[in-house]
Amino acid sequence: MKQLKYALFTGCTAKQSTPEQMMSTLAVARKLNIELIELTEASCCGASHLQDYDDFLSLVLNARNIAYAEKHGLTMVTICNTCQLNTAMTKHRLDKNIELKAKVNEKLAEVGLEYKGTSNVIHFLYAIIDDFGLDKIKEMVVRPLSQFNIAPFYGCHNIRPSELHDESHKQKENPYNPTSLDDLIIACGGKNVEYEEKNKCCGFHVELQAPHTAAVLTGNAIAGATDNNADMMVTPCPLCHLKLDTQTKHASEAIGRDVSLPVLHMQQMVGLALGCTPAELGLKHHVTEVNFI
Amino acid sequence: MSTNTITTQKVNFKVFRFNADEDYLPYYENYTMDITSEEVVLDVLNRIKWDHDGSFSYRRSCRHGICGACAIKVNGRSTLACKESMTTMIEYFGNDITLEPLSTKRAIKDMIIDKADFWEKHAAVTPYLVADIDECPSCENLVSPHDAEELNEADLCIQCGACHYACPVVEINSDFFGPAAFAAAYRFEADVRDNDTQRLINVNEEKQGVWDCAKCFECAEVCPKDINPIEKITKLHQMAFKKGVAKNNVATRHAVGFLHSIKKHGMLDEGGLVLYSEGPSIIKHIPVALQMFKKGKIIMPWNMPKSDNLDEIQKLIKSSSTVKF
Ligand code: SF4
Ligand code: SF4
Ligand code: SF4
Ligand code: FES
Repeated sequence: MKQLKYALFTGCTAKQSTPEQMMSTLAVARKLNIELIELTEASCCGASHLQDYDDFLSLVLNARNIAYAEKHGLTMVTICNTCQLNTAMTKHRLDKNIELKAKVNEKLAEVGLEYKGTSNVIHFLYAIIDDFGLDKIKEMVVRPLSQFNIAPFYGCHNIRPSELHDESHKQKENPYNPTSLDDLIIACGGKNVEYEEKNKCCGFHVELQAPHTAAVLTGNAIAGATDNNADMMVTPCPLCHLKLDTQTKHASEAIGRDVSLPVLHMQQMVGLALGCTPAELGLKHHVTEVNFI
Repeated sequence: MSTNTITTQKVNFKVFRFNADEDYLPYYENYTMDITSEEVVLDVLNRIKWDHDGSFSYRRSCRHGICGACAIKVNGRSTLACKESMTTMIEYFGNDITLEPLSTKRAIKDMIIDKADFWEKHAAVTPYLVADIDECPSCENLVSPHDAEELNEADLCIQCGACHYACPVVEINSDFFGPAAFAAAYRFEADVRDNDTQRLINVNEEKQGVWDCAKCFECAEVCPKDINPIEKITKLHQMAFKKGVAKNNVATRHAVGFLHSIKKHGMLDEGGLVLYSEGPSIIKHIPVALQMFKKGKIIMPWNMPKSDNLDEIQKLIKSSSTVKF
């Protein structure tokens, strides 16, 4: 197979509060012989909060990020659901609206850049599934996760709005019954756990202004996974990870029940199955200990 | 479906039954039916009533996706019964289909719920035009097509409640107005004839207002009229800043904080953002922050990574900013 090559938009979290996510992304890419060119010039995507403040500015900044991927002639991969949403949404809006695209390009020209619309924007989860292939992953598994019940937590912004998902990715995803992460768990040899909250919101985006709402959402998710015998959860979104991994105390208080489960990044799960070491995957960076290795 | 041939398949229905006047607890009844590819969910409700149990109750009127009466939940997904085809539902969920009211805890009888909270919240956003209008004008009050487009089709909402009862925040925070009320608020805020001054302030208040929306996109996903309430919610945030009614609180500082961070680093400074948003209340985050610090999850200010070509980003912020706070 031809070597896969992408422009990597790391987002901000991978460089700060979830270093393990950066480490495991690179470790998995090495194992799968995927080349990732890091877009070191990229800015924050605005996380849908800058979008609440200044819509046009957020379009310009995201278009600039995509323009750098275009310069490399590569598809952009994101490793955060919210980065995926904001970047793909920018692409969607500019590609659909020539006038808006021209206005944005007028600004980008000031710094010698142009948004053309030539690079796709996909989440790394789907790069692995659609481009690399689940069958090939399966063949490469050296340490099947067969003794584990793993609860997939999809995260809103990868699956909703579904039109945006389907426009960006090869594999369609049913937002009411998503399957990609389940399939990946199975490919890694694990047992996927069915539970009601798998496609629900973790509450990350209202953590500061509505802490109770956020904590209940997080608590419900962990409780749902626990009640269906999960040994651990897995997510493609570092923001969901932060909620599920670091906020268990607030979550437990909010729902009146002690909840806590080890939570893996999707990359860490794949890495474990492919034989990466816990150190390579940064497992020591979790607040809720990953105690099954 | 692309073919014209009508296909039939067996579907097992599990149907929520409850009569608030008689039953202590709700229960589920099972029906197996042959479903054709032409049927919509409302046809199934009709057949349950006509062929199985005449006491089965649900709301419907227009059968054309206009009255908004018939929304229920199919396998947990808010659905307008007269619009949604069974073929799509089977594609989504397979041949085991559960029919429930939009909100089981608000059930009165079977699929019929008490929508009082929905209507109260709708009423609370001043969902009508506030304007001094000459009641006997000499000519029509024309709105240009361009101005009409500003409504972004928010006026097409049929008040079915599908989004409201799909919204996770509505279930947790009883003050929260919810996506349909926000879409209604936007519909009048975006109307050039409207000159209400209170509505925008009202929908930007903490707890009840747009800042408590978790950005989950459930409302956009379920709306049978493609209203996209979260898009309207985002516009209400932006309007609050543009019209200068945004209060200085943790929610607005959280949005503005992104700009400050990006200006300085290109990237987001996570710690700096929390500090900027919370001010002295940062104290409550310290226990979790300490745990995170121990695990190498917090970067010291002097180690904050910066984007390459930061000067470009700063230049663009200068030239492309459209809002001031
Ligand atoms: S689940 Fe949470 S962090 Fe993840 S996409 Fe939804 S809101 Fe964002
Ligand atoms: S996006 Fe906001 S309003 Fe819409 S369903 Fe989610 S929390 Fe509710
Ligand atoms: S916005 Fe859509 S889902 Fe919500 S009440 Fe209106 S029509 Fe129904
Ligand atoms: S019966 Fe009127 S909208 Fe369905």
